[in-house]
Amino acid sequence: MSPGIIGKKIGMTQVFTAEGLVVPVTLVKAGPCVVTQRKTPTTDGYSAIQLGLVEFVKKNKTNKPTTGHLKKSSAEGVKYMREFRLRPGDADLKVGDRVLAGEFKPTDKLDVIGMPKGRGFAGVVKRHHFRGGDATHGSMFHRAPGSIGASSFPSRVFPGTRMGGRMGSDRVTVKNLEIVEVDTEDNILLVKGAVPGPNGSYILLRRSAR
Amino acid sequence: MNHTALMKVYEAKKRTDIPAIQIGDTLRVQVRIREGEKERLQAFEGTLIAQQGSQLGETITIRKISFGHGVERIFPLHAPILDRIEIVRTGRVRRAKLYYLRALRGKAARLRERETR
Repeated sequence: MSPGIIGKKIGMTQVFTAEGLVVPVTLVKAGPCVVTQRKTPTTDGYSAIQLGLVEFVKKNKTNKPTTGHLKKSSAEGVKYMREFRLRPGDADLKVGDRVLAGEFKPTDKLDVIGMPKGRGFAGVVKRHHFRGGDATHGSMFHRAPGSIGASSFPSRVFPGTRMGGRMGSDRVTVKNLEIVEVDTEDNILLVKGAVPGPNGSYILLRRSAR
Repeated sequence: MNHTALMKVYEAKKRTDIPAIQIGDTLRVQVRIREGEKERLQAFEGTLIAQQGSQLGETITIRKISFGHGVERIFPLHAPILDRIEIVRTGRVRRAKLYYLRALRGKAARLRERETR
């Protein structure tokens, strides 16, 4: 059993369960992946596999160090590689082994890791869901944060006070998403619920802690 | 929304037994109702006043007058709980959303039958 797989988000739709309930699902193109490196406690201090997602990659887009690294696993068409820690009970995968969507089955739980779109410098309404004020009717308070603390005491702003700032492009993990369906033919997983990141972005699918 | 994989899911899960319905038609929707172990059908008959969404998320809004009160039900068009949809009567209308029917009662809320050619 592989500890995880690399995928690409395709988009969302909905399906119906046997009982007739509507389930929102995200389609993920998961794999095919190749084990490009095996890390062991003796050589690296911990146990992990490095997976590479096999996709269409132009030959001249791969630099020499990467080409050399991929030669060890004779993997072709890999440009995106990520590590997955091996836990007790995981399969002892070798370099060059392939990991496909068929590794997973419906009702398996996944932690999904993605990178949302960057929003730049965002105000508190967008960033922290502050309500803001009326736009009209003489309101002179629109999207400002309002009070950020008292005056002479404490004479400072408490750390962690929610204010405007850079938003998005943070690695986000959503835990325990259920697999609804597996399409082994096209390596597609139907994951219940929403997944961080825009359509077409790389996402990591990790088996949830058992 | 038109990724091949999304279309594949849609093609695999869509219902193929939906008749060619149009806004303004009077429909009878047979809904599967589960009562304990038994399953029976319950009909909901009324005017199709709106159709929304696309692909598997497509819904139909059906309005009827039940004991003097207007009742609207929204059905997911591809839901397996719908046993079948029957067209009782066609209706000739000139708009896509018939929300104006909500303000009308009795004779005024009638629709002309569509001429088939």
